Amino acid sequence: MAEIKKNFSIKGMHCASCVRITERALKKVPGVSDAVVNLATQKATVNFDDSLCSQKDLAKSLETTGYKLEEERTDEQEEIEKRKELNQLKIKVLMSLALGGLILWGSFPGLIDTSPQILKNFFVQLILAIPVQFYAGFTFYQATIPALKHRTANMDTLVVIGTTVAFSYSVFVTFFPQIIESLGIEPMPYFDVGAIIIGLILLGRYLEAKAKAGTTSAIKKLLSLGAKTARVIRDEKEMDVAIEEVKVGDLIRVRPGEKIPVDGEIVEGESSIDESMVTGESIPVDKTKEDLVIGATINKTGTFVYKASKVGEETMLAQIIKLVRDAQGSKAPIQRLADEVSSYFVPIVIMLAFFTFGLWYTIGPEPTLLFALLNTIAVLIIACPCAMGLATPTAIMVGTGQGAEKGILIKDAKSLETANKIKTVVFDKTGTLTQGKPEVVDIIQLHNFNQDEILKIAASVEKGSEHSLAEAIVKKAESENINLEKIEKFEAVPGLGIKANIRQYVVLLGNRKLMDAEKIVIESSVMNEIEKLEDEGKTVMMLSLANNLIGLIAVADTLKDSAKEGVDALIKRGVEVVMISGDNRRSAQAIANKLGIKRVLSEVLPHEKENEVRKIQAEGKRVAMVGDGINDAPALAAADVGIAMGTGTDVAIESADITLVNKDLISVASAIDLSKKTMRTIKLNLFWAFGYNVILIPVAMGILYPNFGILLNPIFASGAMALSSISVVSNSLLLRKIA
Amino acid sequence: MTPDKIFAIIFTVFGIGFTYWYFLMKKDEVVSAKNEIDVVVQGGYNPRVIAIPQGKTTKINFIRKDKNSCLEEIVISDFKIKKYLPLNEKVTIELAPEEKGEYPYSCGMNMFHGKFIVQ
Repeated sequence: MAEIKKNFSIKGMHCASCVRITERALKKVPGVSDAVVNLATQKATVNFDDSLCSQKDLAKSLETTGYKLEEERTDEQEEIEKRKELNQLKIKVLMSLALGGLILWGSFPGLIDTSPQILKNFFVQLILAIPVQFYAGFTFYQATIPALKHRTANMDTLVVIGTTVAFSYSVFVTFFPQIIESLGIEPMPYFDVGAIIIGLILLGRYLEAKAKAGTTSAIKKLLSLGAKTARVIRDEKEMDVAIEEVKVGDLIRVRPGEKIPVDGEIVEGESSIDESMVTGESIPVDKTKEDLVIGATINKTGTFVYKASKVGEETMLAQIIKLVRDAQGSKAPIQRLADEVSSYFVPIVIMLAFFTFGLWYTIGPEPTLLFALLNTIAVLIIACPCAMGLATPTAIMVGTGQGAEKGILIKDAKSLETANKIKTVVFDKTGTLTQGKPEVVDIIQLHNFNQDEILKIAASVEKGSEHSLAEAIVKKAESENINLEKIEKFEAVPGLGIKANIRQYVVLLGNRKLMDAEKIVIESSVMNEIEKLEDEGKTVMMLSLANNLIGLIAVADTLKDSAKEGVDALIKRGVEVVMISGDNRRSAQAIANKLGIKRVLSEVLPHEKENEVRKIQAEGKRVAMVGDGINDAPALAAADVGIAMGTGTDVAIESADITLVNKDLISVASAIDLSKKTMRTIKLNLFWAFGYNVILIPVAMGILYPNFGILLNPIFASGAMALSSISVVSNSLLLRKIA
Repeated sequence: MTPDKIFAIIFTVFGIGFTYWYFLMKKDEVVSAKNEIDVVVQGGYNPRVIAIPQGKTTKINFIRKDKNSCLEEIVISDFKIKKYLPLNEKVTIELAPEEKGEYPYSCGMNMFHGKFIVQ
């Protein structure tokens, strides 16, 4: 008796009642101890005793209720299957090269003298060639015949035509040597050509498949990060449960050295956490109560308890994997040309092969039939459409995977391609270049009110606001233990400030535009004071009560550690850096000066940012906009490449083309670098793939024969063809080293 | 010119013409999918050109019967889909196109092509 747990996909569910029906149907099967069905994922987790019931019984029970049960395919299963296919391929490669080698020994000029007599026998060669042609080479026929039925042709078609021609000619020579001899041709079969071609092309495919597996290594690495179990506290008892059973709201204890199972918020304890595997951030992050923790990261020092907030497909890791997968399935615009060419390529090669045959047969040297046949085969075999097909996708796969490993998540191939052309990077100031957590640094009295009173009024009106400056003021009041007053008629004026009533007096708190709009007089001495504070990079908020300016509150935000380095890295690469901010010109300029940013767009209201981005685009520049992805979503969407700084555990920011989960501003330059390197690899791949075909097909046709007497032996053609697609994949893999 | 050479020229011209006609001049039959459609992956995609409705979810069931590694992946790049197709198994892909137009799809090696026409 063995109780096992398996996941299945259920087809045909559309509503919550389906969940009940399917669960009941599954539980009714003798041997099933539990069944949990999830409507969102269309999946069932079933605990059953496999000695009492089988998967078939489960499927049958569901079928009676109108649903279909299918075993869920895991990535591991896919791996196993691919490995199995690869092993079969390996056997075929070894077999065809061994048999082909024997035939070659018995027939190739130079080698033939050393071979045993038996290998020289044509009938023996035929027997050795049959399994290669029709067993190892079966996959080519299998692909070609249905393709021909659909009037399509591909690489296999070329291999089938080429090797079948060689094989058929050889069979003819074996059985009717006298006819060949009467044509003035030495009766020599070419069994070695077909066999070695099949062997080498299969070898190429085998090596290519192995190399291609490397292009998905980033995904595999991410998949392997997930924790398998979690130590959940339920009913005051701690128990280890499988990761799939963790529910939102579960309390989970994590001890030093353990992997954090899912995303959540710390409720007790503190620790230092290594998040490098998910965010690419290399320095461990200290976290305490109310901080968010990310599943699959490693707890270093302390023990803490946290509340699961995201499980399953919702976790940050799952989102990252989905994002990378999606990007790898997308197509780069540069691929269009290769797409276009590849749809005509094979038929054109077949036409060229016919042409080669006609040309050599009519005006070629004697024996014309033999030359015509061998050159036709060489043309068919040398053509390598695969390299063209692989040139772009493999590089995109490695590039996006490399990005993910460094905490740079790229939405699609198009974004990766566009990032390469970025000339201007616009940074949103607050929350992007700065921490976004401003603090109150100065309170200036302008009337009879003391500092505490100013803070009290300001904090009272700001209490209901969500603005980051408001938060700073309220926080300051809380730290000074100031009791807030009740307010009425609260009104937030976007980009300007706040209007509210306290004790029937109108209170205004905001910037100069607000004061101007409400016709509040600002004396010149106060103006000087404001300018002085702004020159220091502080944001000044003015407080007026009953139409009198009563105080100033200066708030300053600290720059992020990586801001200077991030901006420098871009300037060094010749990229223009622009800062965009809602702050007034002076404080914005002060921050920009600290960072060495020359172009500043200040006093830009949130909804105007998009317009500013378009204005820069109108100058003929490709623009990347870096923001938090929430307040500046329209600007991110308007930019050629929208780059969002990751916040919390959400990675799939809708409006962003690139998300920096590592929150490191140097990554903006790294993303551009990655894009440049990936594009360089793609271009090199395409150049190679096109160049290879453009140069070698004419050589195979015999273009060098009249002047240099050079012809391409079909066996060498198959070697070159195998090498060509491997070299493209290997070149893409090189990106892992240089990116 | 000897008769065999004349024959070779005729053979060549016929071969080129036939290849052009057979592969490059074919007209695809458009098959309309209603909610769901099975696409057999064998030496290409059958049916190859599929009409699907706009704004509705259509299930495309790919069943790969071809051992050729070229066809082991399906790529529908406009929908950012790249999926492994295990041999002889049904893999369902749901498409809910919002805009009309033609959306090409191909195998992982970009050798076999097809398209969805959203009407």
